[in-house]
Amino acid sequence: MSEVSYVRTEILPERDPPVIATGLIGWMRENLFSGWFNSALTILSLTFVVMLLDGILPWIFSPTWHATSLGECREILRGMGREGHYPGACWGVIRDRWVQLLFGFYPSELYWRPIMAFLLLGVALAPVLFSDRVPRKLLWFSAVYPFLFPWLLWGGSIWVPLSALAGFVIGWFVFRAADARAGGLAGIVAGVLAALVWWLLLSGYVVQGLDAILPIGIEAVQSRNFGGFMLSVTIGVVAIACSLPIGIVLALGRQSDLLIVKALCVGFIEFIRGVPLITLLFVASTLLNIFMPPGTNFDIILRVIIMATLFASAYMAEVVRGGLAALPQGQYEGADSLGLDYWQAQRLVIMPQALKISIPGIVSTFIGLFKDTTLVSIIGLLDPLGLSNAIRADSDWNGIVWELYGFIALLFFVVCFAMSRYSMYLERKLNTGHR
Amino acid sequence: MATVSEPPKEAFRLSQLIYDTRYRSMTIQIVALVAFLILIGWLISNTAQNLADLGKEPSFRFLGESAGYDINQRLIDYNNQDSHMRAAVVGILNTLLVAILGCATATILGVIIGVARLSKNWLVGRLMTIYVEIFRNVPVLLWIVFIMAILIETLPPPNAFRGDDPDATMKLFDTVAITNRGVYIPDPVFGADAKDEKGEFLEEPVGWRVGLGDFPIGASRDNPACESYYATEGPGAGEPAASCGTFQVSLDLLLVLAVLVSGFYASHRIKRRADRIQEATGLRPVTWYLRLGVVVLPFAITLWALGFYFAYPELRGFNFQGGTHMRNSLIALWLALSLYTAAFIAEIVRAGILAISHGQTEAAAALGLRPKRIMNLVILPQALRVIIPPLISMWLNLTKNSSLAIAVGYMDITGTLMGITLNQTGRELETVLLGMLIYLTISLIISAVMNWYNRSVKLVER
Repeated sequence: MSEVSYVRTEILPERDPPVIATGLIGWMRENLFSGWFNSALTILSLTFVVMLLDGILPWIFSPTWHATSLGECREILRGMGREGHYPGACWGVIRDRWVQLLFGFYPSELYWRPIMAFLLLGVALAPVLFSDRVPRKLLWFSAVYPFLFPWLLWGGSIWVPLSALAGFVIGWFVFRAADARAGGLAGIVAGVLAALVWWLLLSGYVVQGLDAILPIGIEAVQSRNFGGFMLSVTIGVVAIACSLPIGIVLALGRQSDLLIVKALCVGFIEFIRGVPLITLLFVASTLLNIFMPPGTNFDIILRVIIMATLFASAYMAEVVRGGLAALPQGQYEGADSLGLDYWQAQRLVIMPQALKISIPGIVSTFIGLFKDTTLVSIIGLLDPLGLSNAIRADSDWNGIVWELYGFIALLFFVVCFAMSRYSMYLERKLNTGHR
Repeated sequence: MATVSEPPKEAFRLSQLIYDTRYRSMTIQIVALVAFLILIGWLISNTAQNLADLGKEPSFRFLGESAGYDINQRLIDYNNQDSHMRAAVVGILNTLLVAILGCATATILGVIIGVARLSKNWLVGRLMTIYVEIFRNVPVLLWIVFIMAILIETLPPPNAFRGDDPDATMKLFDTVAITNRGVYIPDPVFGADAKDEKGEFLEEPVGWRVGLGDFPIGASRDNPACESYYATEGPGAGEPAASCGTFQVSLDLLLVLAVLVSGFYASHRIKRRADRIQEATGLRPVTWYLRLGVVVLPFAITLWALGFYFAYPELRGFNFQGGTHMRNSLIALWLALSLYTAAFIAEIVRAGILAISHGQTEAAAALGLRPKRIMNLVILPQALRVIIPPLISMWLNLTKNSSLAIAVGYMDITGTLMGITLNQTGRELETVLLGMLIYLTISLIISAVMNWYNRSVKLVER
């Protein structure tokens, strides 16, 4: 009677989960078809994807790479029996014009110079971007590179970039000498004054003299020959490199206790952030020459770069200010209690942390700035978008639309996507959190 | 016995201005101010000299001169005899139009995409990621010209709608015509009994539903265009012609808006009353039909009494007539800005939802709330606080990006004041500065309003 027949005495062997819960089927039930709503969504999106690919893929796969005009493309496609409104892409235009889309009207025998400039840009950036894998000695090259870059692109006498570099060297030595005699602030003032005197008064004569004695130089290229993706990258790189330090200074100014400095910084930042970039580019193209002393006429690309830099630095300042605000007050107090002065505290304690917090914002500002370089086509510079109109004006390629836009979009996508991935890598690398 | 030791009194030395922290900040500020003033003075003197050399006195008198160019997409009446000032106002209204349309669409799309990116459905999540990455990493100017090209190249021309067996047909029960010259949508009109089906005034109204008509601000009896407005009989009596007055307000529209607003207010009062009853008794009276009724019924009656009807677009000759014509430039700009900004808003929404810790959901579930109420009462109010500040800056960005209208020929403030007016009058300084000032004002107003709203929903902490 006490016999309980259903109590098991030995453990059952483990069994595999049912087929519908594992493998591909299990994954699909979990991720695609859990519930009627999800299943409907899946089927809808699948139909959408299939329709999209069905429309685009046949257009993309079109053997028109060697065509020399739109008419020839249509011939080839008609020969294959493909008729209709959009029988296929005409890739001949890309083969014919990709060099122009990249370099604009830069003299073709001098293409090695921009190529060299951008290869060396990679070398100069490597120690900054991948500091753990590249020897630090290369930083010397990074310091010299800003003088090499414009010389390679615009050409001219080698003495011009050298004398610009000499200004920094002179300023540094004067600073060291004055610093030892009269102390900190006086040293900085003396150094800056010496450099300014060199750049504004002396360097012109020295360059002329050296040119007369030793005329070393490469062929000069006019700014109006610049164009294509090279122009976008040039404007983007220079503006990015200059906007970060200016932005940091503006952010510090905005956070500072000095009322007048703060008011000036807030006014500048809010003004720039309140107007569209295109109006600043109008200022660059029409007004900047009016603001300068009579007779000055400086380069349109330089004017655009100045405006793009000012624009990006206001946004950068807000991003960095966000990082500064996110730091706990204890970090400032801790730095003070160690006896660090303002600049030491900023350099050693505050900035490394604040900049780390603001990396995503900084990089997205960079990406935004790089995308915004396309706006220069509106004031008549020949960036890829401006060139696409010029290419369509050619009777061979009159009527080409999608191929050019697609190619340009691809160029921008690759660069911007790479930048955003790099920022994720950097965030992971610098992450010292404990989560 | 004084225990307080006074610091030794010393004579003020000039070097203290730099080395004494008590004076240094003052020194730095004064130097900064002086440098800034010198810079401004230098710029102004350069500008004055350059303008004098060019023989241009800075003046805004050109704003009163006749503009002499047409604007095809506009919200208020304008013809090429009107002043540059009026052209600029048309431009400002166009900027605001595309900004408001764009912000609304971008926000709706962005929220949907942001939520869909978090979906448990693998395929939907991936598709939305692809969308966001593609739209974020390609310049908005490229999207604008690209969508413009799609509209022009792929849509049917108006003559494809002609014939017994046309290549293209009107959409949505023959009310909307989508052509490569733009989209024609029905035009809401008042005064059904006073007009024939072409929208022309009849000799005699066939009924009493004639509408209230327009009120011209700044009309005068001296203006021949206002003749019909001051007339007491004849077709269209009391209706001002297009060029009468500086600006015409539709009285019908004002009345409808007033009825709608008071309806919403009444509905709000009913809700408050229901809340009070629920507080007192624990039972909530059923009010949805009352609340719906006080909004819809007066609204519908007013519309009917004013003789509201839609004027449908119709193919006449080579083009569509009637209805509202939305040009391709407006549609391309609107679509491109919305799609581009939606990608950014989607990321903001996603980040906002992810920022709410899972414990909140679990705690709400532990209180016995159902999933829908958890979302409405617990997650969304907290997520919104994270979402709103960056959302505001996205709206500001969209408004500023609308200045790219110039690339597709949409006449916003950049196209009118800083475009054609600048080229015709040669007044770079005045037009560009005025344009920047207008954008600055718009931006500051948007951010002031939104910051005020943001403060009102902000969590009050200790």
